[in-house]
Amino acid sequence: MSEDLTARVSAICGEYGSDAGRMMDIAWRLQRTFGEVSSEAMDVIASETGATRADVESCVSFYSFFSTHKHGRVVIRLSNDVPDRMAGYHRVLGAFEDELGVKCGETTEDGAFTLESTACVGLSDQAPAALINDVPFTELSTDDAREIVRELRKHMDPRRLVHKLGDGNNAHPLIHSMVHNNLRGTGLTLFTSYNRGEAIQKALSMSPVEVIRAVKTARLRGRGGAGFPTGMKWEFTRGARGEPKFIICNADEGEPGTFKDRVLLTERSDRVFAGLTIAGYAIGASEGIVYLRAEYAYLRSFLEAQLEKRRADGLLGESILGHEAFDFDIRIQMGAGAYVCGEETALISSCEGTRGDPKNRPPFPAQEGYLGLPTSVNNVETLCCVAKILEMGPATFCEYGTHQSSGTKLLSISGDVCQPGIYEVPFGTTLREVLEMSEAEDPVAVQVGGPSGQLVGPEDFDREICFDDLATGGSMIVFGPDRDLLKVVEAFMDFFVEESCGYCTPCRIGNVLLRDAVTRVRQRQMEPADIDEMERLAGTVARTSRCGLGQTSPNPILSTLKNFRHLYDELVEEAPDGQRRSFDLDAEVTAAAAIAGRPDGE
Amino acid sequence: MNDEIIFFIDGVQVTGRPGQTIIEAADEAGVYIPRLCHYPGIEAWGSCRVCTVAANGRPCSACTQPITTGLVVENDTETLREYRKSIIEMLFVEGNHFCMFCEKSGDCELQALAYRMGITAPRYPYLWPEREVDASHPDVIIDRNRCILCARCVRVSRDVDGKAVFQFVERGPEKKLTVNAEARLKDTDLDVTDEALDVCPVGALLKKRVGYAVPVGERMYDQEPIGSDIESNTDAAPAAATEVEA
Amino acid sequence: MSENGKGTVAAKPRVATTSLAGCFGCHMSILDIDERILDLVEIIDFDKSPINDFKVFQEQCVVGLIEGGCCNEENVHVLRDFRKKCDILVSVGDCATMGGIPALRNTIPLEECLREAYVDGPTVHNPSGEIPVDEDIPLLLNKVFPAHEVVKIDYYLPGCPPSADALWAALSALLSDEPVELPYSLIKYD
Ligand SMILES: Cc1cc2nc3c(=O)[nH]c(=O)nc-3n(C[C@H](O)[C@H](O)[C@H](O)COP(=O)(O)O)c2cc1C
Ligand code: SF4
Ligand code: SF4
Ligand code: FES
Repeated sequence: MSEDLTARVSAICGEYGSDAGRMMDIAWRLQRTFGEVSSEAMDVIASETGATRADVESCVSFYSFFSTHKHGRVVIRLSNDVPDRMAGYHRVLGAFEDELGVKCGETTEDGAFTLESTACVGLSDQAPAALINDVPFTELSTDDAREIVRELRKHMDPRRLVHKLGDGNNAHPLIHSMVHNNLRGTGLTLFTSYNRGEAIQKALSMSPVEVIRAVKTARLRGRGGAGFPTGMKWEFTRGARGEPKFIICNADEGEPGTFKDRVLLTERSDRVFAGLTIAGYAIGASEGIVYLRAEYAYLRSFLEAQLEKRRADGLLGESILGHEAFDFDIRIQMGAGAYVCGEETALISSCEGTRGDPKNRPPFPAQEGYLGLPTSVNNVETLCCVAKILEMGPATFCEYGTHQSSGTKLLSISGDVCQPGIYEVPFGTTLREVLEMSEAEDPVAVQVGGPSGQLVGPEDFDREICFDDLATGGSMIVFGPDRDLLKVVEAFMDFFVEESCGYCTPCRIGNVLLRDAVTRVRQRQMEPADIDEMERLAGTVARTSRCGLGQTSPNPILSTLKNFRHLYDELVEEAPDGQRRSFDLDAEVTAAAAIAGRPDGE
Repeated sequence: MNDEIIFFIDGVQVTGRPGQTIIEAADEAGVYIPRLCHYPGIEAWGSCRVCTVAANGRPCSACTQPITTGLVVENDTETLREYRKSIIEMLFVEGNHFCMFCEKSGDCELQALAYRMGITAPRYPYLWPEREVDASHPDVIIDRNRCILCARCVRVSRDVDGKAVFQFVERGPEKKLTVNAEARLKDTDLDVTDEALDVCPVGALLKKRVGYAVPVGERMYDQEPIGSDIESNTDAAPAAATEVEA
Repeated sequence: MSENGKGTVAAKPRVATTSLAGCFGCHMSILDIDERILDLVEIIDFDKSPINDFKVFQEQCVVGLIEGGCCNEENVHVLRDFRKKCDILVSVGDCATMGGIPALRNTIPLEECLREAYVDGPTVHNPSGEIPVDEDIPLLLNKVFPAHEVVKIDYYLPGCPPSADALWAALSALLSDEPVELPYSLIKYD
């Protein structure tokens, strides 16, 4: 092992106190410095941090943004989500492959470029999108792809390719990105103007218990998907035994088709941080963590600068706004490409520097969360709502929405609509209204809540968006009449196969079998009885998986079987004479035919 | 403090103690809940999901779920039997299980569960993964073709042997067992006397030169189904248990 | 057994057997039912089977016993034919139910297998360095398939081989129109 490497890796570990709990940060630094976390480096990390080498490898190998082999100096990650595919992902990928002379997943021989595809990067409203190193590229054409590679060959600096800046803070020098906010109908609450510090000021004038009561009075429910009452979660955390307590902002936004947290972080970071600070005050935490998905790394320096400003203004740090008893600070923890880390217990595992396996529940995070201490995990939008509730008062907040679902919801709308982007609607708005607002083009189906949600058809367009009817974390992908919905289902199942943590049997294996079954349906290799078996398997995976990922992963299949059954029925057929349609003799003799020089298989 | 917790499994009243999981209390009561990753005395893991039961109507893993007073547990129902069977079949197609020459055959818990459930062939297509065998160690062999990722060895090596020889890398269907060395088992501090070697439910972790010693017919599960020992735990509760009105 | 398998004795159910990618071990196990084989031939006629060496089907059969999975195209044709000619098809043995020993090659690309077998193997003497090809040799499949991945199978008798008792239990059930339900002692994978 080279002494130089050892010294440099040790130094990096040292910057994080040689703390194995900061494995994510250490691995990120190595990945950025060396383009890999090599086998030798893992040995050094192990000896520096006291983790076992296998533990280091276990963590590093889990995340898709870390590599144990050398990446190119420029890594191009093309977003392969359904809206990207609808907008030309395959063509753009082809152009990149062509221009670079490598296939997806490969690195050019000169070590300059790595080309990969990745799950949704949170830019579905400006698809097809890609991240080049950290820099987002939107609405890519095949010409753009070629041009990008040619330019990069000259200077290898993706930031220099950002010619036209996006709107709002996207044009801020610390973000400097071509991303657009696409704020459409967002006048109601979250994007309104505000006085920095007002929400915290109000919170600090109350006792923590009163703050919790205000949030309960507002009947705020979590916006991250599960819809758990926020006040109750805080109460549990506050009441749990164990000090210190932690508050974590879930900015992993991994549900494909969702991008509202990105826009909140770009335009309303102060409100997010205020909400986080208020949450910290309410539960009795002095440390807050923002778990930021790797795909949003381009926002990081901007967010760090915002935090710094808040410190300078007394909104973070010791004795916040002169409140003697309240010290609070926030740090940003980067994720590294794993959808499951949006699940709160997996997120905590990741914050602790291990692979992103969810944890067994009970104990719940409120009892034993980060480092085994009481922890509340809240979504970005939830925290914005908290700030807003403090600003406007719970009663005014409740004027929006329905009784069970108070307030508004941010929707991320993409797919076959003329006006993709962010919409803020009061809960109770119907899907039809949303489709009209976004100028959907002859919609025949809508994926509500991302792949883990449901694919619904026109019979459901009059249903209401709220926790008790059409629940959604915000993702809405609209499909027009020409879309192949089973292809969409197949792509979603691919996503779950890719993103399963692999801990539990049904999710790890069941999703592979389900994905393969959908593929076989599409290839007309299935019989009616196979569909019944697929449905049974989907039910088993949903009911027996350990965490929300596996419990919802069969939803693309289950909801299409419910709402679009004819799509399956059209493709399945009884096989004659007890044969199996799934067995294709011609396809199975290809290797032997090639060896025998009989390419036709005859 | 009350040190008895009364709850119900399939309508039968069972008495457990605070801090026990459903599976622990059920075992003591002579009620068998099928399981694979569970191993008495080590950290509960909850990964295989074979022990899935319904607790107050909600599916959960019996090996991780604590008992509470009045909890209504469903165990031996048609639906749950079907889930478990499906999971066992998934494990068979996920790996490469050539029972006909496996040293563990007859003593293998995966196979024994399949026998108990009357599985004659899995309904899912075989996946035939490429898996590595590590025979580098003088006394021990890892055959990953048979590994079901139950983490028994991981936990026992870490918490009982105090060595942490085993760990998992990668994720999803790519997840696999690794050892605490660059690549080979021989480069770890594993010793043939380590307890981790005695807990593998399948034939993935084997000691060399000791296989096939027990004649067919006399192996652990040749005659009696897995779980019979627990079910014959007659001095435990069910004898005294009263049938409860549904 | 009736003469030439042509039914002089009316309405004796006919049973056909075949060995695809198997080793004949399962057939040995059929013979291993010992003196019960005399009872068996009292009540059934063997149709196409290596036991009587009939190469083609004489008539529609009640039961077909399949030993072995499919490793080449010929196996597939035979198996498909069995499916057509037999009312009930039983996978007999681990090779039929899961591919068995032949399926050990399933994790290795076919060309690599053949090169090892015919060119590179340590005991191979093959100066031509070529993998033998002949149009009469059926093409190998990319993988070895258990029978039920090629045609529908009604019952499975796992085991390598399944015990004579298991075979007997299955046959007796089938010939008396009962479903096959093996007791614990007869489900074995080894
Ligand atoms: C697979 C999976 C992914 C998730 N991803 C996210 C996410 O990206 N962002 C989020 O806020 N919540 C996500 N959640 C929900 C979290 O587990 C958790 O419920 C949420 O962060 C709590 O915050 P809330 O109460 O404010 O909604 C995810 C859940 C699962 C099961
Ligand atoms: S359901 Fe299981 S395998 Fe899937 S992500 Fe959750 S714990 Fe991991
Ligand atoms: S080697 Fe055995 S004990 Fe270890 S994870 Fe695999 S199956 Fe479990
Ligand atoms: S025994 Fe409970 S999940 Fe494995």
